[in-house]
Amino acid sequence: MNKMQNPETLVIANANKMTARKVQVHYGTNHAIKDVDVDILDKTVTAFIGPSGCGKSTFLRCLNRMNDTIPVCRVSGELLLEGENIYDPRVDPVQLRAKVGMVFQKPNPFPKSIYDNVAYGPRIHGLTRNKAELDAIVESCLKKAALWNEVKDRLDSPGTGLSGGQQQRLCIARAIATSPEVLLMDEPCSALDPIATAQVEELIDELRSQFSVVIVTHSMQQAARVSQKTAFFHLGHLVEFGDTGQIFTNPGDPRTESYISGRIG
Amino acid sequence: MTDTATPTPTESLLRPSRLMSRRNAAERRFRLYGITAIAISLLVLAIMLFTILRDGVSAFRQTSVTFPVVLTAEALDPSGSLDAAAMAKVTTIGYGKVIDSSFLAFLQAEGLAVDGLSDKDARAILSKEAAGQLRAQVLAEPALVGQTITMTIWTNARIDGYFKGRVTMESAERDGNVSPEQLQLADLLAENGALSRPFNWQFLTGPDASDQRPEAAGLGISIIGSIFMMIIVALLCVPIGVAASIYLEEFAPKNRWTDLIEVNISNLAAVPSIVYGILGLAVFINFAGFPQSSSLVGALVLTLMTLPTIIIATRSAIRAVPPSIRDAALGIGASKMQTVFHHVLPLAMPGILTGAILGLATALGETAPLLLIGMVAFVDNYPSLSAAGALDPATALPVQVYGWAQRSDPAFIERSSGAIIVLLIFLVIMNAAAILLRRRFERRW
Repeated sequence: MNKMQNPETLVIANANKMTARKVQVHYGTNHAIKDVDVDILDKTVTAFIGPSGCGKSTFLRCLNRMNDTIPVCRVSGELLLEGENIYDPRVDPVQLRAKVGMVFQKPNPFPKSIYDNVAYGPRIHGLTRNKAELDAIVESCLKKAALWNEVKDRLDSPGTGLSGGQQQRLCIARAIATSPEVLLMDEPCSALDPIATAQVEELIDELRSQFSVVIVTHSMQQAARVSQKTAFFHLGHLVEFGDTGQIFTNPGDPRTESYISGRIG
Repeated sequence: MTDTATPTPTESLLRPSRLMSRRNAAERRFRLYGITAIAISLLVLAIMLFTILRDGVSAFRQTSVTFPVVLTAEALDPSGSLDAAAMAKVTTIGYGKVIDSSFLAFLQAEGLAVDGLSDKDARAILSKEAAGQLRAQVLAEPALVGQTITMTIWTNARIDGYFKGRVTMESAERDGNVSPEQLQLADLLAENGALSRPFNWQFLTGPDASDQRPEAAGLGISIIGSIFMMIIVALLCVPIGVAASIYLEEFAPKNRWTDLIEVNISNLAAVPSIVYGILGLAVFINFAGFPQSSSLVGALVLTLMTLPTIIIATRSAIRAVPPSIRDAALGIGASKMQTVFHHVLPLAMPGILTGAILGLATALGETAPLLLIGMVAFVDNYPSLSAAGALDPATALPVQVYGWAQRSDPAFIERSSGAIIVLLIFLVIMNAAAILLRRRFERRW
């Protein structure tokens, strides 16, 4: 899986990381996701776009089984992570979530110190043997999240005392501290100002060299800026999925075109 | 836009419109209602505290006479052997005579005499309790026999009441238990300096006393009983209540069974406490065979009564933790249990503590269920202060208040109010502890 990486290449040649086939999601009697087929490629940013309530967040939450916490939610179909069905009864969702991390819409740091926020994941997963290793992980994750320089002198102060953009980057640092293979981001910039958004977007681009990233966004500009692949959802259907450039310049479906040009949604 | 909707074409912002002034008036009225309500409740609280303090504070002081007591060997140790078993044959009557003769001798030596007061009436101003206490003191230290010791002996409740304003010369005329001459003697003793009003430790540490000697009645056993019960209730209630709430709130599936349990918990919180007393009587005493009047049974009954309150408070504290924290923890691969114990529970802690203390405070003040399991009995022996003491008979503070308030002697009104003060101090201490703990657990967001 460790192939040569050529950032210049826009044509995606990476291996499949996650595969979804005929995925259906029901909320009670409501059929929220219908027949979705998506391939999430390794070391690629995939954007999910679509109007509110189209099911893109729901689908995202299926990818690390966060929907399990909603009792009325039922998922069927096939969702594979490296060829293994993540909805297999033998799969422990807790173990899955260590591999498929998640960043949420609203920054939600724990009301603990900045250090403890990042160190929590490695601690519960037993990734480190001693304090020095943990320190190293915390430092490298905060550096990857472009937050280290701002917080290195106050790692003991509460994570909730940071600004909104800093908090979101802290949450990203926390999510990558468990070294996930896939990072899911549910509208990570919707609560941030343009400057913080730019920082997070830059960060996403850097993270692409290590993980595959799936991002749900309402901003089509953001999708165009950060992603290589784009999926357009509408009313629970996956309308179109393809290279970002192609979706935005030459959409194959009239609904995609209407949404991108602002006529629906 | 046409402006047909505005009746007055020149509406100035400097003049409030009619609707606006009506809205402002309504707001002012509402604030006034609020202030009135708070003022009334504060006034009621002030009146309550004032009456309790007015009636009760005097219970913490006890009028006493200090005079030398000659412990004559012939009377107290007729065998002359200083042997404890032989000395124990002398009853309190013998000691009473020693005190009486010493007191009369003291009056004579000091020249304190009131016309028309017999010796019998003169010595009756001393508490009948004194003989028993002297006997216990001498039996504990037989070497005292033959010596003259200075003792501070309580006066009886009427003389005590005279100095606290409860008894007057006029009321003494009509009172079969006290005569004006006795009060005159008390006045003479006060002038002589033999009368004092020291702090009444007996009230805090002593056991209850009979109807005839309110001056000796104390709260010792009921304080021990209440402390025992609070410890057991806290040890049982908080872990069970918190564990049940965590399970119901975080782990249990939401179905008809859990709905049923939820409704039942809410209903149990509203069941009159005396019903729990009947339950405790049937289950813990008649069925399980625990000793009646014991603090253990009282605590078990209070635990049953308090659990629903604690569960309801804990559940709402857990529910108030924002779901984003759970998502965050689950999202980085924490298990359900880790999510609850690392993140949800610490954040819910202040609310849980508030609920627990409220529940314990209710339990501390609860009387009715304890009446049914026999904690209202007259208990004269201290429970053992070890863990086994929970099985010994005891009473509780609120029950003691109830018991004293029922007795006819007006001195017991004072005792009853004094006991309420002690109970309130306990509550204040518990609430202060809760506030301190809450401060410690509170996290900044």
